[in-house]
Amino acid sequence: MQDVNWVALTIFVLLFAFITWLGFAAAHWRKGDLNLLHEWGLGGRRFGTVVTWFLVGGDVYTAYTFIAVPALAFGAGAVAFFAVPYTIVIYPILFLVFPRLWQVCHKHGYITAGDFVRGRFGNRWLALAIAITGIVATMPYIALQLVGIQVVIGALGISGTGLGADLPLIIAFAVLAAFTYSSGLRAPASIAIVKDILIYLTAFAAVIVIPIELGGFGKIFAAVPAQKLLLAVPGPQTTGAYGAYATLALGSALALFLYPHTLTGILSASSGRVVRRNAALLPGYTFMLGLLALLGFFAIAAGVKGLPEFAAGFKQFGNNFAVPALLLHGFPSWFVGIAFAAIGIGALVPAAIMSIAAANLYTRNIHREFINQNPTDRQEAQMAKWVSLIVKLGALVFILFVPTKYAIELQLLGGIWIIQTLPAVMLGVYTRWFNSWALLLGWAVGTYAGTAMAIAAELKPAYPLAFGGYTFPGYTAFYTLLLNLVVAAVLTPLFNAMSARKPAPDQTVAADYQA
Amino acid sequence: MLFLVQFIAVLWPPFYNSAEPYWMGIPFFYWYQMLWVLISAVLTALIYWATTHK
Repeated sequence: MQDVNWVALTIFVLLFAFITWLGFAAAHWRKGDLNLLHEWGLGGRRFGTVVTWFLVGGDVYTAYTFIAVPALAFGAGAVAFFAVPYTIVIYPILFLVFPRLWQVCHKHGYITAGDFVRGRFGNRWLALAIAITGIVATMPYIALQLVGIQVVIGALGISGTGLGADLPLIIAFAVLAAFTYSSGLRAPASIAIVKDILIYLTAFAAVIVIPIELGGFGKIFAAVPAQKLLLAVPGPQTTGAYGAYATLALGSALALFLYPHTLTGILSASSGRVVRRNAALLPGYTFMLGLLALLGFFAIAAGVKGLPEFAAGFKQFGNNFAVPALLLHGFPSWFVGIAFAAIGIGALVPAAIMSIAAANLYTRNIHREFINQNPTDRQEAQMAKWVSLIVKLGALVFILFVPTKYAIELQLLGGIWIIQTLPAVMLGVYTRWFNSWALLLGWAVGTYAGTAMAIAAELKPAYPLAFGGYTFPGYTAFYTLLLNLVVAAVLTPLFNAMSARKPAPDQTVAADYQA
Repeated sequence: MLFLVQFIAVLWPPFYNSAEPYWMGIPFFYWYQMLWVLISAVLTALIYWATTHK
């Protein structure tokens, strides 16, 4: 361990110790009985505007985002900036759709998307499909957060192979598991506040200090090779990079709030109004994300890839090493410790929320639905606590033993799968017109087609849809969503006509959706 | 439906896929999108005020 950056490591460890304490202390914050699932799993629905801002921000802007988006800018150029339009269009969606979902979930005590679908459509199989999709899509995402921690730990100089090198990650995992178990959602909510302050600090410092070091924005952009600076203009007969960029942004935006962890963040708010206010305030994070994407370009201009001290890092982590290298290069060690702690903590927060969300789904929509129909409150909460532990353990094992590239590919598939829940969840908030079996079939078709298309495209996000002599490369998830909707829409009148039975009861009424 | 504006403004890449004009050394492609972050936040806030204080 001769190359360890001791100053940075010390600060890193100190900050981690602080948030560990905070995670456990959080159990006493806005006190509630943590043996009730909605207290453990939704923080008792007590989070006001400011806390929700930190929590949902922590959901959306994960450590993986901070490492991977600049890495993409570093490697591929302008296309990485899709993250900005993506995060611009999510907020209208948040503003319009989700206060309604919050209202109806609050009224009926729904904790998960599966609960809502079950109540709205009366079809337990559709709810099961939603729940399984949610769990399966979340797991690679958790694994990728652990990758974020791995990268900064490697950058601190702790390297080598075998158990010694994996130990910091295992410790971080153990800490995460412990405070999530004891405090539930309150833990990541309180830590998110610390994390976001650190991240903002780091981002602003990086965007001001590094350009000064490098001689100004003009010089930085001049260092970026021309073909990476802008999107490639499409050739004839194809929408080329434009189609890919726009659909990637829109598709990711639609998918984001369907992920269980974002939904959990939203449902833990204290009112629909809090949700709407946040739709106006959260773009602050987007601004920061745009700045962070530019870090990838700073890294190009700084020439970090060519520097010998970073060779090992780039070898091990590929382009993901761009941001750590840039920070190490441009800042004194003590600041690097803060920055890396920000990223590391920035991994723990979403990992915690994701595991809680997945646990909520399993407990309510799989276990309670099919295995034990009448759990006591205590049993429910206990089950969720165990499941969140198992989910995290699964992610850890995955990261330790499976090459990172598979995690990335699985996450991509996860995005395709989760978007298939849009008709039932997001449209279900507005209308009960769709037949629940048609929705289920739409989901199945979309999932199958999406997986097939992704494999055909060799697990790259964009699929070239060829049509009448034109090619439309676009985000696979987006196309399959359209397919899903068409199937559901076509089959609805058909199934309704075929079925002699009355449709299953809708537990909700129109008034439930209004504030 | 004011939201539609921001959708169109950023989801139509041909509209802004150019480096000129530069601002503070930053190509158009980038500062245009960042500007829309601010504009859309303001729009959302306006819509929030308009619809919440009936």
